[in-house]
Amino acid sequence: MSEAPHNGGEAFHTEDMTISMGPQHPSTHGVLRFIVKTDGEVMSEAIPDVGYLHRSIEKIGEKVTWHGYVPYTDRADYLAAMFTNQAFCMAAEKLGGIEVARRGEFCRVIACELNRIASHLISVGTFGQDIGAVTPFLHALRERETINNFMEEICGARLTYNYIRIGGVGYDILPETCARVREFLDHFEPIVDEYNRLLSYNKIFVERLANIAAITREDAFQYNIVGPNLRACGLKWDIRRDIPYSVYPELEFDIPVGTGEKGTLGDCYDRYIVRIREMEESCKILRQCLKMLPKGPAIAKVARKFKPPAGEVYVRVEAPRGDMGFYVVSDGSEYPYRVRIRTGSFTAMSLIDKISRGLMVADLIALIASLDVDAPEIDR
Amino acid sequence: MEAKEIYARTERKFSGKVSGFQGDVIDPNFRVEAQAIVEVCRYLRDDPELNFETLSDLTGLDLPKENRLQVVYHLYSYSKRHQIVLKVDLPRDNPHVSTMEGVWKVANWLEREVFDLFGVIFEGHSDLRRILLPEDWVGYPLRKDYVEQEEYDGISTQRAPLVEKLLR
Amino acid sequence: MQQLVDQLIQEGNFPGVPREIVYAGAMILAAFAVLSFFVAPLAGVTSWLERRVWARMQSRVGPNRVGPQGILQWLADGIKNLLKEDIIPAAADKWLFSLAPYVVFVGFLATFVVIPFGSQLIVADLNIGILYLLAVTSLVVVGILMAGWASNNKWSLLGGMRSAAQIVSYEIPAGLAVLTIIFAAGTMSMQGIIKAQGWAPWDWLLFYNPFTFGAFFLYFTAALAEGNRTPFDIPEAESELVAGYVTEYSGMRFLFFFFAEWGNLYVIGAIATTLFLGGWQVPPVTDHPVLLAILQFVVFFVKAYFWVFVAMWVRGTLPRVRVDQLMSLCWKYMVPLSFVCLLGTAGWMVLFPRGNRLASVGMFLVGVAILLQFAKRVRYQIRHARPELYWKPYI
Repeated sequence: MSEAPHNGGEAFHTEDMTISMGPQHPSTHGVLRFIVKTDGEVMSEAIPDVGYLHRSIEKIGEKVTWHGYVPYTDRADYLAAMFTNQAFCMAAEKLGGIEVARRGEFCRVIACELNRIASHLISVGTFGQDIGAVTPFLHALRERETINNFMEEICGARLTYNYIRIGGVGYDILPETCARVREFLDHFEPIVDEYNRLLSYNKIFVERLANIAAITREDAFQYNIVGPNLRACGLKWDIRRDIPYSVYPELEFDIPVGTGEKGTLGDCYDRYIVRIREMEESCKILRQCLKMLPKGPAIAKVARKFKPPAGEVYVRVEAPRGDMGFYVVSDGSEYPYRVRIRTGSFTAMSLIDKISRGLMVADLIALIASLDVDAPEIDR
Repeated sequence: MEAKEIYARTERKFSGKVSGFQGDVIDPNFRVEAQAIVEVCRYLRDDPELNFETLSDLTGLDLPKENRLQVVYHLYSYSKRHQIVLKVDLPRDNPHVSTMEGVWKVANWLEREVFDLFGVIFEGHSDLRRILLPEDWVGYPLRKDYVEQEEYDGISTQRAPLVEKLLR
Repeated sequence: MQQLVDQLIQEGNFPGVPREIVYAGAMILAAFAVLSFFVAPLAGVTSWLERRVWARMQSRVGPNRVGPQGILQWLADGIKNLLKEDIIPAAADKWLFSLAPYVVFVGFLATFVVIPFGSQLIVADLNIGILYLLAVTSLVVVGILMAGWASNNKWSLLGGMRSAAQIVSYEIPAGLAVLTIIFAAGTMSMQGIIKAQGWAPWDWLLFYNPFTFGAFFLYFTAALAEGNRTPFDIPEAESELVAGYVTEYSGMRFLFFFFAEWGNLYVIGAIATTLFLGGWQVPPVTDHPVLLAILQFVVFFVKAYFWVFVAMWVRGTLPRVRVDQLMSLCWKYMVPLSFVCLLGTAGWMVLFPRGNRLASVGMFLVGVAILLQFAKRVRYQIRHARPELYWKPYI
C-alpha cells in the first residue's frame, strides 16, 4: 500500500482492493485461483493458490500395479497425456532394464509429436482468446480435432490415451493412419502461417505481449522454469536433444528459442512465438518418423506381473509444458514404492507471484496464458 | 563431470558431512547430513566447475521400515550437463531440515508440497503452509502409515462399496 | 409526422381533445411502432447475423435451427430469457440494479427519434438533432456505471469504471469528428446534414475534403469504443473481468444490455451514414412518393448495415487492447487528430467557401484506391486460406 495521495492538504484514505480471481474464472484455464490485490487496474500482487484439482495421483501410484498405473498418468496432464505415459513407462523400463521395441519407439515419437502439436494448439488458441481474439482459438481447435481423430485411430481415445505401455506401445500404427497423418501435415504446415497472419503479427496482439512480464535467465534457473518458457529466455535447451531419449538422436530438428524480436528477451511474446515455431519443428519430426518407421513388433515382451528390481530413477521427458520428471522408486514388488511427478507448470506457477507485481490485471491474463500453466498438471 | 568426481570434490570440502555415495545405480546419489544440506547445495551451485544452476526436483520418500524420512534433491546443471541426487535422512517422528529457499527460489513451493504431503518441517521457510490440501487437513497423505480421516468438514471421504449398495 | 397529425386533427378526427394530448398519443404510438416493428427485430436479427457471421469466420456453423437459417433465433432467445429466473443478488442495491438496464436501454432507444430513414421517414427532425444524439448516448454510461456499482461485485465495479472512463474519453474524438461535419454542413439537423450532400459519392461529406475523410475514421473508431465493441470491449472483457458490469445480471435484464449493444451497432452505422455517406440520398429515378420513400429507406438501411457488418468483421479479427493502451490511443492520437480535422475543415471553408469539386473527386479517387488496396489484401488472404473456403451463404 503506497502512501495516501494528498489533495489540498487533506489525505484521502485509500486501500487496495482484494479480488479473488478464480477458481471459477474464464481465463484461468481450469481451476486456478489468484488472490489479486489491485489499486484500480494495477496489481500490487497476485498470489497463486493451487490445489483445487488435486487428485492424489502420486498416492494412487503406490496402490496399483506398474501396468495399472499407466492410465492414471494420463490424468496428470490431460492435454498432453502421451508424455506422462511416456515418462512413466521410460522410468519403469529403466528400472526393469527393458529394451523397447524399435517400431514401438517410433510409434511413441509419432504419437507424442502429434500430441505436442495438439497441446500447443490449445495453448496458442486460448492465448488468443485470453487476449480477446476468439477466431484463432476456434481455428486452432479445428486442427486439434483432426489430431484427436488420429489419436482415436491410433489408440481409441481422444484425450486420455493410455497408449504407451511398458516396453512399447499398446497398438501398432496402421499404414492408413500414416498416410492420413502425412496428408494432415501437408494441410497443417501452411496453416501455421495462417495463424501468424491472423494473430502473431497483429499489431494489437504484439503490443499486448511485447515487454510484458519478461523472465530473465537467472530467474528461470532460480525458479526452474522449463520447456518453451525456458527457451523463450534465449537458452537453447531441449531434453530431446540435450538428454536424448527414445529415437530423437536419429531425427533432425531445430530448437526455436526466444530472441526478443518484438521487445525484451523472454517476454510474453517470445513465449508465444516459441510455441508456434515448435509446432513447425514437430511437423518436421513427424515427417521423418513416418518415413523411417521400421517393421517389427510394436511392443517388447514384458512380464504381466512386472516386478522391476529395487532401485530408483529420475527420468525427464520434453513435454509441451516442459521438463516432465518422473521420480520412481521400486522396492522390487508388484507396486511402485513411490511415484513423484514433477511438472513444469508447478514451478512456473510459483514464479507468477514474483513477476506479476506492478502489472495490470489484463497483463496477468497474458502472463498466465503465456506460461501455459495447466491446472491438472500443477495439482496432479 | 562424472558423479564420482562430484562426490569426491564435495567430500573434500565437507568431509564427514557427506557419505554413502552410490555410483553404480541409474542416478548416482549420496547422503548429506541435515545440518549441512544448505551449505553443500550452495557450494554445488557456486563452484564454477560444478555449477548446478537449478534444482530440478525436491521431494520426499517415506521409509517406515528404517524409521526415517528422506528428502531427495535432484540437482541439474545446464552448462555442464550433469546431474546429482542428494538425500537427507530425517527421523520420522520429528523431521526438521533447513530450507533451500536461499539457494534456489523454486524450493519455496517444492518444500511446501513436501511439508503438505510428508510433514517435513523446513526451518526458516518464509511461507510454510499446506499447498495442495486444505489448510485444516489432518495427516500427511504420502506417508505410508497414513489413514484418511473419515470426514472432512462434514463431508464423508469414504465411498460406499458399490456392489453392496446395489444389493441392498 | 407532425404534418400527418395536424392533418388528422383538421379533418376532425379528435373532436374536443386538446392538441397536446393528441400529439402525446401520437408520439407514444410512434415509439411503440418503432420499437416493436423496427428496433426489436433489428437488434434481434443483428444478434443472429452477428453470430452467423462470426461463426462462419471461425469455421463453425452458428445458429441455424430456429426458422429458415436460424433467423428466428433471437425470438427463441428472447422467450428463453423472459422465462428465466431473474436473480437480484442479496447484497446488491436493488433499485439501482433493477433500473440500470432500462437506463441503458432508454439511452439507446432515444437515438431512434432523430435517425432519418428517408426524406419523410423521421420521428422528429430536431434542429439540434446531432447534439441530441450525442446527449442521449451519454445516458448509456450512466446506466453502465449504475450496473457496475449496484451489483456489489468487484468485477462489475471494475467493468463499470473502465466503461465510464472509456465512454467519456471517446466522446471527445467522436464529438469533434461530428463537429467537423457540422462545420461543413452548416446545420445540426440530421435532415439538414443529409440535404447538404448528394447521391453521388463525391458529393458526400466523406469526400468533402481530406479532413472530413479522416474524421470519418476517427468517428467510426470512437463509436466502436463507445459501443463497447471489440477491439475496445474492455468493460465486458470476458477473459479479464468475467463479464464486466453484466456479471450479476440474468434473464431479461441481461438481455436488455445486449439488446442495447446490438441495436447500438445499427445506430453507429446510421449516424456514420447520415454524417458522411449521404444518408438516404438517391439518384433522381422516380417521383412517386411511396416508391421514393422505399428506395430511400433501402439505400439508407444498406449503407448503415454495411457498417454493422464491418463492426462484426472487426470483432471476428482483432484482439482486445489493454486499458492503458485504449486511453493513450484516445488522448495521445485521436483527440489531437480530431482537432486537426476540425481546424483543417474550418480553414478549408475559409479557402473554399463553396466547397471544391475537384478536391472532392480527388478524395473520392483516393478512397477508391484505398478500397482496392484493401480488396487486394483480402483476396490474398482468401487465396492463401486453408482449408478451402465454403462460399455458399447457407449451411
